[in-house]
Amino acid sequence: MSGIPHDHYEPSSGFGKWMHKRLPVIGLAYDTLMVPTPKNLNWWWIWGIVLAFCLALQIVTGIILAMHYTPHVDMAFASVEHIMRDVNGGPMLRYVHANGASMFFVAVYVHIFRGLFYGSYKAPREVTWIIGMLIYLMMMGTGFMGYVLPWGQMSFWGATVITGLFGAIPLIGEPIQTLLLGGPAVDNATLNRFFSLHYLLPFVIAALVALHIWAFHHTGNNNPTGVEVRRGSKEEAEKDTLPFWPYFVIKDLVGLGMVLIAFFAIVGFMPNFLGHPDNYIEANPLATPAHIVPEWYFLPFYAILRAFTADVWAVQFASFITGGIVDAKFFGVLAMFGAIAVMALAPWTDTSSVRSGAYRPAFKWWFRLLLIDFVVLMWVGARDTNFPHDWISLIGATYWFAYFLVVLPLLGLFEKPQTPPASIEEDFKAHYPGAAE
Amino acid sequence: MSHADDHKGTRRDFLYYATGGAAAVTTGVAVWPLVNQMNPSADVRAQSSIRVDVADIVVGSQITVKWLGKPVFIRRRTEEEIAQARADNDAALVDHLARNDNLDATLSADDQNRAMDDTGEWLVMMGVCTHLGCVPLGDGSGDFGGWYCPCHGSHYDTSGRIRKGPAPRNLPVPVAEFVDETTIKLG
Amino acid sequence: MIKKLTATALLAPVLAFGLTAGAAQASGSEGHIEDIAFSFEGPFGTYDKEQLRRGLKVYTEVCSACHGLRYVPLRTLSDAGGPEYTEDEVRAYAAENFSVYDEELEDDRPARPSDHFPHITSAGAPDLSLMAKARAGFHGPAGTGLNQLFRGIGGAEYIANFLTGFTGEESEVAGNILNENHVFPGGWTKMTPQLEDGTVEFDDGHANDAHHLAEDVAAFLMWTAEPKMMARQQTGFVAVLLLVVLTSLLYLTNKKLWAPHKGKKTEL
Repeated sequence: MSGIPHDHYEPSSGFGKWMHKRLPVIGLAYDTLMVPTPKNLNWWWIWGIVLAFCLALQIVTGIILAMHYTPHVDMAFASVEHIMRDVNGGPMLRYVHANGASMFFVAVYVHIFRGLFYGSYKAPREVTWIIGMLIYLMMMGTGFMGYVLPWGQMSFWGATVITGLFGAIPLIGEPIQTLLLGGPAVDNATLNRFFSLHYLLPFVIAALVALHIWAFHHTGNNNPTGVEVRRGSKEEAEKDTLPFWPYFVIKDLVGLGMVLIAFFAIVGFMPNFLGHPDNYIEANPLATPAHIVPEWYFLPFYAILRAFTADVWAVQFASFITGGIVDAKFFGVLAMFGAIAVMALAPWTDTSSVRSGAYRPAFKWWFRLLLIDFVVLMWVGARDTNFPHDWISLIGATYWFAYFLVVLPLLGLFEKPQTPPASIEEDFKAHYPGAAE
Repeated sequence: MSHADDHKGTRRDFLYYATGGAAAVTTGVAVWPLVNQMNPSADVRAQSSIRVDVADIVVGSQITVKWLGKPVFIRRRTEEEIAQARADNDAALVDHLARNDNLDATLSADDQNRAMDDTGEWLVMMGVCTHLGCVPLGDGSGDFGGWYCPCHGSHYDTSGRIRKGPAPRNLPVPVAEFVDETTIKLG
Repeated sequence: MIKKLTATALLAPVLAFGLTAGAAQASGSEGHIEDIAFSFEGPFGTYDKEQLRRGLKVYTEVCSACHGLRYVPLRTLSDAGGPEYTEDEVRAYAAENFSVYDEELEDDRPARPSDHFPHITSAGAPDLSLMAKARAGFHGPAGTGLNQLFRGIGGAEYIANFLTGFTGEESEVAGNILNENHVFPGGWTKMTPQLEDGTVEFDDGHANDAHHLAEDVAAFLMWTAEPKMMARQQTGFVAVLLLVVLTSLLYLTNKKLWAPHKGKKTEL
């Protein structure tokens, strides 16, 4: 494996040499664990480990819950109650899994925004970024299908509304929707396939995570300065880096520990805070709840979905241009997926010569605005669509697109960035004046 | 190496050991529930003991109840059946052990060691042939006036002991007791 | 610097999260819900055994005429942390009050502890097993759900307030008599007022005015909805405690590990 020059695994024992000739798996583990890592990484870089932990936690608790859960419309709700009342430690397992999804999404959002601020998406890390976006999409799909499984009212109606989005696609929409549901409406066939896919997708995510890690181990980590590790020689590289083990493993575990303290406080003392009371009512296809609200982690994109109504000029224009094929409903669906697609385009729309936002004075303000925009969209996504919420979501959605399609390209042209340090070593010494060679 | 360095070394090691120990304990505590969830759940455990109302069973009849997913025979035997069973204590038995979960496992297969009470009126047994698990027919069937398994022709006497056929053991007596005059508690 | 960063790194998402997350429960039109200081609230709250027993009595004598508790196994009435009746008392209670259809007997028989409370649909009334978790008493402010962080989700409060929230007004809609209730979303419910002062008598002479009865049955329904609450809180407490110890040690180890590279002296 190429990448930053460093020591490679040299088998010393007889068995080690024998094995290394046949399957260099110990060497692979060694290279992965000892990968040279920029020593100036700050605490925003812990979330990768948190995410890896979340994936493992969700897979383990999910496999366990599947041992007690029954994917059938007549029994799903009751089997969840069986888990909550009869299975040894069942309530804890279920609450950990349900709130684990929230921890997963908190971590992935911080991780994404960290990448957006420090320019981690910029060349040569575009592939890492794209794989990350794919992982995020898969997570949304997995989370959505998982939420259907308890077969409560919000499960059922959430599934009805979200699969209805596919029905908005012109011509092929309704056949696709029927294909997804396995029938004219959400029913047993839907529940069964969602269970199957909810079980499958995490393993696809795990494979993508392996690629994600492989990709950035090949390019090297980004870091707060955005300056690349020097690769002229091993000695030079070692001035900029420290091995992942033990320095960053222990540091990341400190971060993970803090996150888990908050997580278990929520699971132990207010496990239903993030849920919706309606999901404790068994699904009833004949009665819609008063408000259908997605889980919090979908809210920003749900807000974008709802933002584009028929009275928005962009929607009317699109409808006119396409001869009515793109109506408001389809426009909303395009906008929702587009909001994620423009994030994936960031490596190419960002024209700045400087990678890290830390040295871009104007960028910092636009980025802060993006963070606020995200929180506002999340808030407005849970509100009704009356005034002023319709305006707030339209403005929020517009800024989201503008940031990626207008602000990033123009800032690179007009902004005067500061000069980043010449090397990571220099940055590190600036923080720790006592740092020795 | 100076003494001071030595001292520092142990303290550093102590911190590392303490951290490793705490990590091991935390992991252990986290893993146990993941394993324990596979043990029988509360609804399954609740079925491990059931109560059977035997007030309606007349002398010379039996009922079959389901317990732990298997049939259990509860028979109220006649004087003749009891006498027959006790007379056969000395007959050529295939299995010489009582097979009674309420009593010592080494006791002999005397009818007194299999019946529930001293009079021998109540006989409670698992209704599962010890050969291949079929449910034997009751009410005086078979060559010995007790039970007969139609699958491969095993004959049990009025005490549920195997007397003829391929089955190797007497019908086992489960844990059972009278909780009041008309209620038997199984398990 | 690092400490500041740590603080922001951890606080920022938590804040963003808290501000928006509870928003999911935001919904508008319900009336004012009075906060009640139940014994099971707070991180170390426990169910009051005597209150659960009174609530069970109210349920049995009043609610069970129309409402089932289909997900609640009768045997759990003897579980630790619940009403804690003895097994014999539960057996007697089950046989006395409920009968179930037995598929093997092909006939009704008296309920046993291993059975569930019955599934009652005759009056078209909703099942109450999870009602205390299926309702939120508190919302907002402004759709943020932050109130629930401090006062709890308030399902039990909703039930108690609802039971005493009837105004006595009636109206007829499409052949149904509806009763006005200032807590019920929309203000009109098919349910008729059930609890009055003295509706249920307690053997120990405990206060039985309508408010007390409503609180007792609300507490009982909180227990039927979340019977393992105390065990869950204990597990959470142990988990947090262990993680605080482990994280502190990891923090010190991390500091120690990095000190030579940062040119810092460390006492550890």
